[in-house]
Amino acid sequence: MNIHEYQAKEILAEYGVKIAEGGLAYSVVEAVQRAREIDGDVWVVKAQIHSGARGKAGGIKVCRTHNEVEQAAEALLGKNLVTHQTGPAGKICSRLYIEAGTSIAKEMYLSFMIDRSSERIIMVGSAQGGMEIEKLAETNPEAIIKIYIEPAVGLQDFQARKMAFALNIDSAQLNHAVKTIKGCYRALRDLDANVLEINPLVLTTNNEIVALDAKMAFDENALFRRHKIAELRDNTQVDNREVAAAEAGLSYVGLDGDIGCMINGAGLAMATMDMIKLAGGEPANFLDVGGGASAERTEKAFRLVLADAGVKAMLVNIFAGINRCDWIAEGVVHAVKNIDMKIPLVVRLSGTNVEEGRRIIADSGLPIITADTLADAAEKVVRARNEVVAREA
Amino acid sequence: MAILINENTRIIVQGFTGKIGTFHAQEMIDYGSNVVGGVTPGKGGQTHLGLPVFNTVKEAVDQVGAEASIVFVPPAFAADSIMEAADAGIKYCVSITDGIPTQDMMTVKNFLRRFPKEERMLLAGPNCAGTISPGRAMLGIMPGHIYIRGNVGVVGRSGTLGYEAADQMRLLGIGISTSVGIGGDPITGSSHRDILERLEQDPETKVALMIGEIGGPQEVEAGRFAKENMTKPLVAYIAGLTAPEGRRMGHAGAIISSAGESAAEKVAILKELGVTICPTPSLMGQTVAEVLAKM
Repeated sequence: MNIHEYQAKEILAEYGVKIAEGGLAYSVVEAVQRAREIDGDVWVVKAQIHSGARGKAGGIKVCRTHNEVEQAAEALLGKNLVTHQTGPAGKICSRLYIEAGTSIAKEMYLSFMIDRSSERIIMVGSAQGGMEIEKLAETNPEAIIKIYIEPAVGLQDFQARKMAFALNIDSAQLNHAVKTIKGCYRALRDLDANVLEINPLVLTTNNEIVALDAKMAFDENALFRRHKIAELRDNTQVDNREVAAAEAGLSYVGLDGDIGCMINGAGLAMATMDMIKLAGGEPANFLDVGGGASAERTEKAFRLVLADAGVKAMLVNIFAGINRCDWIAEGVVHAVKNIDMKIPLVVRLSGTNVEEGRRIIADSGLPIITADTLADAAEKVVRARNEVVAREA
Repeated sequence: MAILINENTRIIVQGFTGKIGTFHAQEMIDYGSNVVGGVTPGKGGQTHLGLPVFNTVKEAVDQVGAEASIVFVPPAFAADSIMEAADAGIKYCVSITDGIPTQDMMTVKNFLRRFPKEERMLLAGPNCAGTISPGRAMLGIMPGHIYIRGNVGVVGRSGTLGYEAADQMRLLGIGISTSVGIGGDPITGSSHRDILERLEQDPETKVALMIGEIGGPQEVEAGRFAKENMTKPLVAYIAGLTAPEGRRMGHAGAIISSAGESAAEKVAILKELGVTICPTPSLMGQTVAEVLAKM
């Protein structure tokens, strides 16, 4: 689960990381008010969306007057911002963070994440912050330092000092740098974050170390024990269909194609989507209905797939293990009747009680296309989709 | 032979008396697995499904000689149960539980590394369908009837995609020596490579099939291992050719996080390492059959 910059900064401040003075605004009036409350003559109006690269998308505006703050707020609030991380639909900006301008002497990069290969927490830093770290990793890998942290003993002072020296921090700021680095690590560990990234971490012209941006992402599986973090969820930043799916206990990811999918198991779902693509189609979604595909759950899944008006044909592929094909077939027949489905449906059942399942589909009298194998199912659904498109043309 | 489990392996169920634990314990017993009891803290001394319930894994090891365990404990407590099994001297543990916090798994792996390698419990999962040595023992939640006994060793992340592979092979008359689910989480007890090492040692296994996914370094590591250390042919399928970058596809493990981790990149690297790639998921059985035919 992602959170906003201002939320991450509030957390980091509690862990002793210095941040610039700032305030949250939901309206233009509030934005100007926040600017008035902050001393100085430069303010930064920052769109709060769950994405990086906001600057390039026009989501961060430096203002020299309250009037400029007003104009920036008007330009950003209620707008969809498209960055290279949001996808073409973009993300709506309904909150602004108004921050005091910072006089920057030097920009650095600092992040912490759980590393799958080493099964430890990895701390990554670079004295060359501000730019995209992926690009730096390609063009100048020596400029990036990685330090592995043993989970049982945690981040040691010498490791924090090693990072601080790698960031070219002066001795005068060493203690503050160590405090900042250790604070970040503790925030990640204490709160079950997967990722914490500060880009840039800056040295100001007053020789202070300040987190100028902050990104945190949390482990969904740990939210049961992180109630305060769970409250930071902002569903306006997530695809509506994904929100509806999560509420129904389904795993859904919206994609750009037009063949709707309902499958049990994430691996089989990905494999089925691959088959659709190989057959010349494009999946409209990833949908894992999980183990217990009851009639009610099946209907919810159908509604979710069909809520996407762009879907031209649908494929159900279930490999029944604990489930039984006859139960699934009954659920599908029930859902199709209840929903009054207008587009072609291809169903492929396999596993426990498959014959009974196929018989239930056949006896239903519904225009359901059945398939025996994965390849057969993918070909049939792509053909059905192409026929729909040909008719529409 | 077979790896990890056979008809004699003495199995206990952690989370034995819960609804899910009870259902699958019965399924495993019906399959013929040698289930010798279970653990539910606080219910020690009771009898469940005609078998003894213990308060601790240690009691189960001491009193009924438990060697392998399967964990159905809810996610908040599962890491603790896995570490308890390791501490008690269980040799092989399968964790079915889905939704264990990643940092808990980091702690589990750290805990396991404290044991010398020869005494260290092998963990498969979490978030997997389990392990089956067809016709001998099932330590998992899979539909046992789709697996027939044979010479192909299988390792995979996904449950239902593993069923699909087993079913395709069954329809071609190809059997399985042992099939191991390693789970789809970011941090797993065993890697593809860990299981391939054992399949390589197993005289019954002639060919290994690896069913991988996008995300993480495991499939490529396994490919390198196969090139350098395996005499048996390795066949692989990698799911997720259509998965867009940076999106989570149900399995937390299936996140494209860095270069070399997309399905297309993994396939290219594995091909270069001499691994036989299944061109589509519907040809997993067929590809294995072709490799077997050449032997």
